[in-house]
Amino acid sequence: MSWLDKLSEGLTRTRERFNEQLNVILDRTPALDDDFWDDLEETLITSDFGAPATLQIIDQLQDSARRLALPDARAVLNRMAQTIAGMFTQAENDLFALPQVCVLFVGINGSGKTTTVGKLAKEASDNGRRVLLGSADTFRAAAIEQLDIWAKRANVEVVKRERGADPASVSYEVIERAEASNANCILIDTAGRLHTSDDLMRELEKVVAVTRKRAIQWQTGTKTNNETLEVNEIDAQTSNDLAVKTVLVIDATTGQNGLQQAREFNSRLDLDGVIITKLDGTAKGGIAVAISHELKIPVLRIGVGEKIDDLRPFNALDFSTALIEFS
Amino acid sequence: MFDNLSGRLQDVFGDLRSKGRLSESDIDAAMREIRLALLEADVNFKVVKGFVARAKEQAFTSEVLDSLTPAQNVIKIVLDELTSLLGSESVGLKLSSRVPNVIMLVGLQGSGKTTAAAKLAWRLKKDGHQPLLAACDIYRPAAADQLETLGKEIDVRVYRGDGKNAVSIAQEAVRDAIDNLRDVVIVDTAGRLHIDDEMMAEAKAIRDAVRPEQIIMVVDAMTGQDVVTVVQAFNEQVDFDGVIMSKMDGDARGGGALSIREMTGKPIIFTSEGEKPSSLEAFHPDRMAKRILGMGDMLTLIEKAQAAADAQIEQAEAQRIARAELTFDDFIMINRQVRKIGGISSLLKALPGGDAALAGGKVDENMLDRMEVIINSMTAKERTKPTLLNGSRRARIAAGAGVQVFDVNQLVKQFEETRKMMKKMGFGAEMLSKKTKRPKKGKKGKQGKQSKQLRAVPTLGGLGGGLSGSAGGGLGALGKAGKGGLLGKGAGSTGLGKMSAADLRNIEDLLK
Ligand SMILES: Nc1nc2c(ncn2[C@@H]2O[C@H](COP(=O)(O)OP(=O)(O)OP(=O)(O)O)[C@@H](O)[C@H]2O)c(=O)[nH]1
Ligand SMILES: [Mg+2]
Repeated sequence: MSWLDKLSEGLTRTRERFNEQLNVILDRTPALDDDFWDDLEETLITSDFGAPATLQIIDQLQDSARRLALPDARAVLNRMAQTIAGMFTQAENDLFALPQVCVLFVGINGSGKTTTVGKLAKEASDNGRRVLLGSADTFRAAAIEQLDIWAKRANVEVVKRERGADPASVSYEVIERAEASNANCILIDTAGRLHTSDDLMRELEKVVAVTRKRAIQWQTGTKTNNETLEVNEIDAQTSNDLAVKTVLVIDATTGQNGLQQAREFNSRLDLDGVIITKLDGTAKGGIAVAISHELKIPVLRIGVGEKIDDLRPFNALDFSTALIEFS
Repeated sequence: MFDNLSGRLQDVFGDLRSKGRLSESDIDAAMREIRLALLEADVNFKVVKGFVARAKEQAFTSEVLDSLTPAQNVIKIVLDELTSLLGSESVGLKLSSRVPNVIMLVGLQGSGKTTAAAKLAWRLKKDGHQPLLAACDIYRPAAADQLETLGKEIDVRVYRGDGKNAVSIAQEAVRDAIDNLRDVVIVDTAGRLHIDDEMMAEAKAIRDAVRPEQIIMVVDAMTGQDVVTVVQAFNEQVDFDGVIMSKMDGDARGGGALSIREMTGKPIIFTSEGEKPSSLEAFHPDRMAKRILGMGDMLTLIEKAQAAADAQIEQAEAQRIARAELTFDDFIMINRQVRKIGGISSLLKALPGGDAALAGGKVDENMLDRMEVIINSMTAKERTKPTLLNGSRRARIAAGAGVQVFDVNQLVKQFEETRKMMKKMGFGAEMLSKKTKRPKKGKKGKQGKQSKQLRAVPTLGGLGGGLSGSAGGGLGALGKAGKGGLLGKGAGSTGLGKMSAADLRNIEDLLK
C-alpha cells in the first residue's frame, strides 16, 4: 500500500465529510454564482480554516477563476487543492531524519504529545535510528508511567526521573545519556500547558534553553561503549553538534485559538514544525493551514489514531487533494 | 485580530452622528463584524448564521436606528441575545436520593475528563459528600495510575478493578462505594471518538449498567467548528445531561458553549479553569457571552450603553408620540406624569396664562383616575390601536370599568381630539426632527438638545388634549388656552413650544 493510500485511509472520514459538502455545492450549482462562493466559504469555515484564511483562499480562487477563465465549479475546486497546498510552509528536509537530532514536543494539555512521541519512537526505530526518549513531563500524574509504556511498545530506552523533578534537568540528563548510549534521535515529551500561563511557558523556555546549551557540547562517540556502532559512523558524527528542534503538537479539533497557541509557543521557543493529531475524527484541522502559513513552519506528521502505527507523513498537496478528492 | 469587537463596531459606525440615523448598510457592516467575531470565537457556522439574522432584525428597531450610541446598542443587543442563548441562569448538578449517586463523564480524547473527575470529587467532598472515583479508562496507558494519583492528592478513594472491562469496573465501583459508605461514584471513562461505534457502544453499556443520575460531557473550550458534530453524536448516543467546559483558563473564546446550547439544548454546568482541584467553577452565561465577543474588559462600556438605552427609550417614545401615534398607554403615562407634578391645577398654575384659565373653570382632578380605570379595562391591543373600539368592545370595557358606555365614548372622543391636536403639534415636532437630520458637521451636541425638547412637547400636548374635551365648557376653554400656548408664540417669554425637559423638571421642583 502506498503511503498516499495509507494517508487516504486514515483521512477517510475527514475526506468523506468534506466531500459531502463539496458534492452538495457541485450538484446544486455548476455555475460560479454567488451561492457557489458562499457555499465554498462555508465549507472552509466549518473546516476551521478561520475567516481570514478563508477569505484569502476565496479571493485567490476568484482571481484564478477570472484570470484563467475557469469554466465551472469543478475547475475551481480542482484549483482549490493547489491553492490550499500553496499556503502550507514546506519542510526543507525531514527533521526526524537529521543525523543527530533532539526534538522536544510541546503543546496544550491533551493535544497528543505523549502518544505522538510513542508513535515516532517506533517510526524512527523502524528506520534504523538509535532512539532515546525523555520524560520531561514531571508534572502530570502518571505522565512518566504513560511514556514508559510507549517506550516498551516501541522497544526503546527512556530516561525518567521522579515526579516533581525539574524538567530542565531531566532533558539535560537525557542528552547526557544519549551521549553515553550513542543515541542519535532523542525525543523529549514535555508537560501539557496553556500558552497563557506565563510561569509554565517560562519553565518550558528554560527546558529548551538548557537542552540547546547542553547540545553544543554534544560529543557522541567519544564516550561510547556501544559495540554495535560502526567505527566510521562514530567518526562521521563526532564533530557535529546535536540539532535541537521544537515541535508543536496540536489537536485537529482545535478552533481558532490554535493560531494564538502556536504564536505564543513560537515566540517563546522558535518552533521548527507542527504535528496535527486526531485527524481520524471528523475535524478537518484547517487551523493548521493558518498556523503553517503565518508562522512559516511545516507540518511534519499527522496522527490518525491511538495505535502505535497511526502516524502519517505530511505532504501539503496530497493532504489538500485528499481533503477535496475530485476524481 | 478581532480582539475588540466593540472597537470595530465603533469604527463601522464612525461618522454616524453626522449621519443622524443608521442606514441598512451600516447595520449590514456591523453584522459582518459580529459574524467575524463569532466565527473567530468558534461559534458554529450554522449557529452564527441564525444568530446574526436574529440580531439584525433587532438592530432595525427604532431604539437602535435613532440611537446616539449605535455601536453600544448593537453590542448590547448581541450580548443580550448571546446571554439568553447560553441559558439565563446557571444550572447545578442534579443528584437524587439514591445511594450511591452515579456521575458519568464522557468526551473526546484529551478533553480533560480525568482532571475534571478529580475536580468534581473535590467539589462534592467540599459539599459534604463522600465521593468515589472509578477508573474506567482501560485503554490509555497509565490512565488509571493518573486517576489514582489524583485521588490520593485530594484524599478520595479510587476504584481500579482489574483494568480489563470498563462495564464491570463501573459496576464493581458502585458496590465498592456501598461497602465503603461513599455516596457518589464518579465514573471516569476513556476518551472516544463520536464515530467510533465500538467505543460508543461501550459508553452506552457503562451507562446502562450503572444508570447514572448525571452524564456529563467534558468539552475542550478550544474546540472548533467540529464541536457540533461531536456533541450531537454524543447527545444522540449517550444522551448526556450537561457539559463541563475545560481549559477555560486559556484565552479561547469558547464559542463552542453557545453552539452546544443551540444544537442540543443541554446546559453548561461547570467551567474548568486550571490545574488545581479547586478550579471547577459554576457557569456564568453573562460572562461567557462577553468572552465570546472578546469584551471581558468592556463592562463599563456596556453599562454606559444601558444607561444610554434607557434615555433613548424615552426619546424614541417622545418621537413616536410626536409623530401622532398616540396610544391609550401614552395617555396613562401622561396622566401619571401630570399627577406626579401635583395634578392638573398645579400644572396649569405653572403654565403661562394658566392662572387665568384656572379662574375661568372648575378642574376635575378625579377625571384622570376615571380615565385610567377605563383604559385599564381595555386589552393591550385596544390600547395601542384605538380604532378597534367598536360598539361591542366599548360595551365590554364599560362593564369592566363599572362605568356607562357614554363615559367610554367620552374618553375615546377626548383621545381623538388629543390625537388631532398632536398631529398639528406633531407637524411642528417634525419640523424640529427634520432639522436634526441635517445638522452641520461638528455640532454634535445639537441633536441631543433638540431631542430633549421633543420629549417635553407630547407631555403638554397630552395634557392639553386630556383637558380639552373633558368636563364640559370650562375645561374646554382651558384646553384651548393650553393649545394656544403650545402652537402659538406662547404667552410667556419662553413659549411652551420651546419648553425642554429641564424646564419641566424646574416646574416640578417649583411645585414641591
Ligand atoms: N483518535 C485519536 N486519539 C489520539 C491521537 N493522538 C492522541 N490521541 C489520544 O488523545 C489523548 C491524549 O493524548 P496524550 O498523548 O496523552 O496527550 P498529551 O498531549 O501527552 O497530554 P498531556 O500530557 O496530558 O498534556 C489520549 O487518549 C490519546 O490516546 C490521534 O491521532 N487520534
Ligand atoms: Mg503527555
